Amino acid sequence: MRFIRTKAVLVSAALAVTLAACGDAGSDDKGRDVDADKDAAAALPDGSRMKEIADSGKVNIGVKFDQPGLGFKGATDDVPTGFDIEIAKILASKLGLKTSDINWVETVSDNREPFLTSGKVDLVLASYSITDDRRKVVGQTGPYMITGQQLLVKSDSDVDSIDDLKGQEVCSVTGSTSIDGINEHGAKGVGFDSYSECVQKVLDGTVSAMSTDGSILMGYAAENEGDLKVVGDEFTEERIGVGYSKKEPEMCQWINDSLTSAFDDGSWADAFELTLGKSGSETPEPPTLDECPAA
Amino acid sequence: MQAVLDNFDLYLKAFGYTVALFIVAGILSMLLGTALAACRVGPVSILRKATAVYVTVTRNTPLVIIFATFSFMAPMLWSHLNFKWVEVSIGEFDFSPFFAAAVVSLTLYTSSFVCEALRSGVNAVPVGQAEAARAIGLPFAGVMRQVVLPQAFRASVPPLASVQIALIKNTSVAAVFGIAEATSRMRSFNNDFGSQRTEIFIAFAIGYIVIVELFSFGASRLERRWRVAR
Repeated sequence: MRFIRTKAVLVSAALAVTLAACGDAGSDDKGRDVDADKDAAAALPDGSRMKEIADSGKVNIGVKFDQPGLGFKGATDDVPTGFDIEIAKILASKLGLKTSDINWVETVSDNREPFLTSGKVDLVLASYSITDDRRKVVGQTGPYMITGQQLLVKSDSDVDSIDDLKGQEVCSVTGSTSIDGINEHGAKGVGFDSYSECVQKVLDGTVSAMSTDGSILMGYAAENEGDLKVVGDEFTEERIGVGYSKKEPEMCQWINDSLTSAFDDGSWADAFELTLGKSGSETPEPPTLDECPAA
Repeated sequence: MQAVLDNFDLYLKAFGYTVALFIVAGILSMLLGTALAACRVGPVSILRKATAVYVTVTRNTPLVIIFATFSFMAPMLWSHLNFKWVEVSIGEFDFSPFFAAAVVSLTLYTSSFVCEALRSGVNAVPVGQAEAARAIGLPFAGVMRQVVLPQAFRASVPPLASVQIALIKNTSVAAVFGIAEATSRMRSFNNDFGSQRTEIFIAFAIGYIVIVELFSFGASRLERRWRVAR
């Protein structure tokens, strides 16, 4: 009996050490905190949804947790990181809220519209491409970023554009716009659950390339330096915008004004450099915003 | 509903993959499951134990894990297991390495359920049948093939049908392992036509219901035809 107890102690000690090691492995870039902009908050019109959120002191923002560089939350992180996240922090600051007042809600591609219409989240910044069909259900404005699909291949691959891959399998995420983009260019899209699984398939040689937004691929190329590289021009155009509920059309102008001020005061460029800019891409010119529909 | 009707060819092709996965994995799992069941009730102790271990392991492992094993782990252990050598195209359909990995995963998983369903059928055959078969000098293979298994199959049609219906629905796991089958197509429709989400769900649910109903109808006819008079 004593022997068993000794073993149990040893095993739990080993477990504790392993767990502690896991804790240390968390990423060291936590993003930054953006202070509340009290002036902007005071200027919010009475009776608007923005004012309501500002008074409640909490804002629910839907973001992705699985896209490095845009919206990513590791298993041991408390707060997600990425460009979408930084923009969300700027928007929250314009409501007079601190970064710690944001309730980050994970959204996946399938539930972004339902979460907005049911009021589960107030805003969606989840690499949310602006499309006409989505605008039938929810409000979308922006774009705050324009990106396009590129290819991620092995370093020794001689593929340098999507045209080299006609009839071949190219990996992306099941049900994503990227899969459609691949199919439209003559290659065969194969869908997996997440981008990291596609990276694995490229590394083990089952597929010769994977494709999605260039900014995401950059992150993986940096993670697997020497094994993978990003090639080709962007062969699609995605306009990444902010989603809000159609029931609150006044949000649109406020989002546009907040983005414009972020473009002007350089905080948009800071957000870019802090996240996507790290993988070596140059900070682009801020995109032109869409006009808000007349309320 | 417009989204599905406008892209009805894609809808049908997606269910084509679902049915293809079901047919190939269904047949293979029946064959493998029957062999496993024979081993499990056979006279060789090592085979009996080995199949018992196999059934315990595959039946208690979530299907997604088995899929992940053959998609990610197996190619790392032995590069031929990336199934690159499978590349068959029949008409519009590509039976790619991903299809092969999915068939292997579904077959290994389902065969353990087939084995257990069949074993229950074997247990339903009166002991006297096997004793009589041995008494007239049949070897084990003959006892199984000519006396026990035919009766066992008849007795286990309902549980076998349930196992195969579960397989039809389990093919949806392949959606996230590189196959553009029905569930994967549904997700891409949802992505492209977010305004018609409910209709898309209903359209794909109907597709699955039709396939399962057709299969159950066949199974119940078979059950009636094969009923053993006792």
